[in-house]
Amino acid sequence: MQTAFEVGTFDNGAHKVVLTPAAEAPEVIRLEGIHKTYSMGDVEVHALRGVTLGIREGEFVAIMGASGSGKSTTMNIIGCLDSPTRGHYELDGEDVSGLSKDERADIRLRKLGFVFQGFNLLSRTSALENVELPMLYAGVEPAERHRRATEALHAVGLAGREQNHPNQLSGGQQQRVAIARALVNDPKLILADEPTGALDSRTSVEVMDIFQRLNRERGITLVLVTHEPDIAAYADRVVVFKDGRIQKDYRVTAPRDAAEELRNLPAVEDDEVEEEA
Amino acid sequence: MNVLMIIRIAFRALARNKSRAALTMLGIIIGVSAVIVMVSIGQGASATVQSQIESMGTNLLFVSAGAQNVGGVRGGAGDSNTGSPLTVEDLEAVKREVPSVSLVSPVVNSRAQLVAGNQNWSTQVQGVSDQFPEIRKWAVQSGGFFTDADVRTAARVVVIGQTIADNLFPGQDAVGQTLRVSNMPFRVVGVMARKGQDPQGRDQDDAAFAPYTSVQKKLLGNTRVQVAYVSAVSQDATYTAQTQIAELLRQRHKLAPGAADDFTVRNMSDVAEAANQTNSTMTVLLGCIAGVSLLVGGIGIMNIMLVSVTERTREIGIRMAIGARSSAVRTQFLIESIVLSLTGGATGIVLGVVASVTVPLLLGWPTLVSTASIVGSVLFSAAVGIFFGYYPARKAAGLDPIEALRYE
Repeated sequence: MQTAFEVGTFDNGAHKVVLTPAAEAPEVIRLEGIHKTYSMGDVEVHALRGVTLGIREGEFVAIMGASGSGKSTTMNIIGCLDSPTRGHYELDGEDVSGLSKDERADIRLRKLGFVFQGFNLLSRTSALENVELPMLYAGVEPAERHRRATEALHAVGLAGREQNHPNQLSGGQQQRVAIARALVNDPKLILADEPTGALDSRTSVEVMDIFQRLNRERGITLVLVTHEPDIAAYADRVVVFKDGRIQKDYRVTAPRDAAEELRNLPAVEDDEVEEEA
Repeated sequence: MNVLMIIRIAFRALARNKSRAALTMLGIIIGVSAVIVMVSIGQGASATVQSQIESMGTNLLFVSAGAQNVGGVRGGAGDSNTGSPLTVEDLEAVKREVPSVSLVSPVVNSRAQLVAGNQNWSTQVQGVSDQFPEIRKWAVQSGGFFTDADVRTAARVVVIGQTIADNLFPGQDAVGQTLRVSNMPFRVVGVMARKGQDPQGRDQDDAAFAPYTSVQKKLLGNTRVQVAYVSAVSQDATYTAQTQIAELLRQRHKLAPGAADDFTVRNMSDVAEAANQTNSTMTVLLGCIAGVSLLVGGIGIMNIMLVSVTERTREIGIRMAIGARSSAVRTQFLIESIVLSLTGGATGIVLGVVASVTVPLLLGWPTLVSTASIVGSVLFSAAVGIFFGYYPARKAAGLDPIEALRYE
């Protein structure tokens, strides 16, 4: 099976790009010749022009690109929020490119977790209930729901904040609630759309720390969309989009380590360590 | 994904906006309680009239002199000035020749001053026959009613109502006493049982009954009969009796075919119907006005739900992104609106019933809470919830998750 790793080796300045051949973990995501065309009145907008991409289980991939590059469209397709005009998308071995709206909703419920830039928590709803929400739709029993939600909040370091409403939490805490919510149905993949876009740099590092730990300790596959190179630098692999195509796809040899950076903090801002895109 | 889960989700969503939910329900609450109160006032009035009319006997017929207009039922006391008055002979013929008639009592009324000792009382003296108590299903409490012999001899005997007994003979037994009716001594032979008010609110116990012959000769000085009570052999026979009496009277009055009747025969259901017509028109009218407020309440729910869908676009996007199906979102919003309208309906029922119980205490109007109006209100508010909730719910379910998430 062809993977993005075999496409080629890019010279990437600071990074030594190592594209390990396949035969590691199985692929969670396989995009094959994905096209997406929107019609805006008479005008056809080609958002994606043939994207082929594979993401393996346990990978931490950052998707980068300028606005209009097609990264958000890719994200929506990977997240089963949208379906491709042409091409095939296999998620966890299942072809999901031609599914109906309801079937895609079921896939999102069972296999995907979302983290958004604007947190997107339900207001006037406790952290615990926000985290319970996906399980409510999945029909999990109340006791189990409560147990798993509490556990997820503990995992993101929000023990004791269960009853707080979003407006009683800081941005970083809200984003952690959102991560707990994404985690709670035990997804195949967590998709994060500009998760640090609304956070200050220290909080960003904290959030990236959580992502890195989830990825390393629990082996959770992560796909993160960002336009900030220094955020992408926390990932193991960076995919860069331009004009609806993949421009670059490379491994990050020495990703930033959020945990270590946090240890060296109070002294804020010494972020310009590595990378580019 | 089951409905129970969605119900829970809907309740959580409503609980987040308690004050808005309460305000939305207000329209339905007012509408439902208004319907219940209005209908129960109307029903109470009808029931009172109905029971009073029924207590007069269901096989009772009225024969009165003079033609009556339709709807002139209330004026049915007869017209003694018409050219062909009802005569005692007419009524005797009715009793003799109409097989479906069992009892007949002419009624002649005279207003008179009753004096006993140093007490006096002005009242209506009704000249009736000895069959009167049986026709009107009105028992004599003490003593007895006068007899057929008293009627034939135009005896000066009188049977008085409780009100008169209380006023003329306070604290003593009236039977056997003598009182003066327009200065003529009459012997009290009996006292009627207490009857209470008639449908028009008049005190039926404020009356004295004497043989109609006595009233005609001694008090009125004529032989006219204004009206008569006739009893049919059974309730089923009332319509037959009505037709047969009419035929007989036309014959006796020598009316040409096609000429209008110069008398009127009515049965109790006509009277009841006439009395009820006013009441039910009123009930329907009040019910309609209340129904309009219920409709307005429903539209209020739709407005709030529509606003709510727009306001909660992002929430809908979140739910969809998380994995809620369109149907789950639609059901959630539909349940929210049904819960709002049903809770409003239930509150309205409680308020309506409380008000219906309070109205008789405050205003003295009888009320009757009807099960139909409660069941109707519940069904109507559920229907309002579904009907006015469906459009906003469909709008919510039709949202695209990507667009909805982007909504500011």
